[in-house]
Amino acid sequence: MTRAGLRDRLRRGRAAVIAIPYLWLLLFFLLPFAVVMKISVSEMEGATFHDLVRLQNGALTFDLKFANYLLLIRDDLYFTTYLSSLKYAAVTTIACLFIGYPFAYFMARAKATLQPALLMLVMLPFWTSFLLRVYAWKGLLTEHGWAANAIEALGLDQFLAATGLIPAPGQLMNTPFSLVLGMTYTYLPFMILPLYSNLSKMDLRLLEAASDLGATAWVGFWTVTVPLSGAGIVAGSMLVFIPCVGEYVIPELLGGPQTQMIGRTLWDEFFSNNDWPMACAVAVAMVLLIIVPLAVFSRYQAEATDRRP
Amino acid sequence: MTAAKPAPRRLQLTRWFGRGWLGFGYFFLYVPIVALVLYSFNDSPVPNVWQRFTLKWYGALASDRELLDGLWLSLRIAFVTATSSVVLGTLAAFALVKYRRFRGRTLFAGMVAAPLVMPEVIIGLSLLLMLVSAQRALGFPERGMATIWLGHLLLGMAYATVVVQARLQTLNAQLEEAAMDLGARPWEVFHLVTLPMIAQALLSAWLLTFTLSLDDVVLSAFLSGPGATTMPLVIFSRARLGLNPSVNAVATLIVLVVSIGVVVASWLIARQERQRARDVAAAARAG
Repeated sequence: MTRAGLRDRLRRGRAAVIAIPYLWLLLFFLLPFAVVMKISVSEMEGATFHDLVRLQNGALTFDLKFANYLLLIRDDLYFTTYLSSLKYAAVTTIACLFIGYPFAYFMARAKATLQPALLMLVMLPFWTSFLLRVYAWKGLLTEHGWAANAIEALGLDQFLAATGLIPAPGQLMNTPFSLVLGMTYTYLPFMILPLYSNLSKMDLRLLEAASDLGATAWVGFWTVTVPLSGAGIVAGSMLVFIPCVGEYVIPELLGGPQTQMIGRTLWDEFFSNNDWPMACAVAVAMVLLIIVPLAVFSRYQAEATDRRP
Repeated sequence: MTAAKPAPRRLQLTRWFGRGWLGFGYFFLYVPIVALVLYSFNDSPVPNVWQRFTLKWYGALASDRELLDGLWLSLRIAFVTATSSVVLGTLAAFALVKYRRFRGRTLFAGMVAAPLVMPEVIIGLSLLLMLVSAQRALGFPERGMATIWLGHLLLGMAYATVVVQARLQTLNAQLEEAAMDLGARPWEVFHLVTLPMIAQALLSAWLLTFTLSLDDVVLSAFLSGPGATTMPLVIFSRARLGLNPSVNAVATLIVLVVSIGVVVASWLIARQERQRARDVAAAARAG
């Protein structure tokens, strides 16, 4: 094969490698969003919805209905739902960070021979059905369930009731508490894994240097380890926060009437009320809510890609 | 630690604190799974109060047509999803790692990563509405197995890309260059040099996307049509109504199959790794 022929082949191969997944994503990821945006400004008409642009009396008319968005802003119900979605996602993220950071830290500092097994044990639940694990909490938290009995025996329910996470002692299921617990449980590995991969790569000589300069282990931890793991904290938090905002299954199985979340609202608008334009407007508003964390996340993801090994 | 020796007692304390925290974390992660398994053997009218050992829920499972049909459909979708996700994900990972500059790369990287975190209700809704529009305009596709597969593929591709990408980044590009210098064509380079080196990553991407697809509720709910009820949809609709012992029995079987699968896969991978280390050592001695 000639050199020019080889170069030509490489170029064609490269074009195909890029084009196939690219076109696929444009068609099935980006285009659907355009459709959602379009429908969100349409109006339901019986079982179907209006088109935006229509030929009427020989003239093109644009028919944008912003009524859905106005309702989203004006109606208290939607607004409080948005707020509570953000609130529960934030609380979950903090809980995951609180449990996950020390966890990842001690994993990364465990014996090197032990680490693959420890990592495997974090990923293993991830391989068994998420739906079933959430369902399991239902059994654990209902009256006389193991977790419910343990929490009540320890008197923790008094504390939870005092913080307002449960309405009254002894009532654990279908409360903000069961919702946050379920989400923390589900998303904890998403926090641990990026933190672990970050912390295990840290140069321990930096800690030695800090200790040589007179820092105690505690000071060294806060001034060296934590700032260096910033990227891992951001990645883990985004991986927990963003999906939590739009979570549907967990609030449906573990949450109660007082823990309305936006993913559930979208679902109900679509499946129960059959109001497609409204469901689309809710979806667009949800994207707006998570667009900033989403940008942070994809920036981080891109940086991780571009880093040469 | 060279200078300022920390007090040994303090170090001991930290070590025990660390072990305690890890123990607590693993306990938290595994308690629900253990509970599911134990209660699948529970003979009691109240599902979460232990009475006595029984296998009757497993017997009931054998005649549960709804669940079995769902399982069969889910397995077929998961198989197709995993295979196609690995193909598309590998292409996307190659594009991102090997070609560092092309037009629209930022958008591409964003679109690849977004489904990882994007709430599934949004992905499901938007994909469904596009398919409905397409159906109105073109007359196809009918909603059913194929449309569920499309949704799962979107999610699976994102996960497969991340897994393969991580492996590609650690590869030594010089090996591929050497093969090319020795006259291998691009395709030969790929399947003789690159593919064996990323085979493990492809296997774990396949397993990961398989379980993702087998587990998915939200996308399937949006994209399924009449007669296409996957197992998670059946389980979800039962779980919504309350505790259901047959769900526990299914869960136990899934946990069993997955644990065996993962243990066997990681054993095979470890064995292959050792074999490769031996080969490298032998080659080094011979050379």
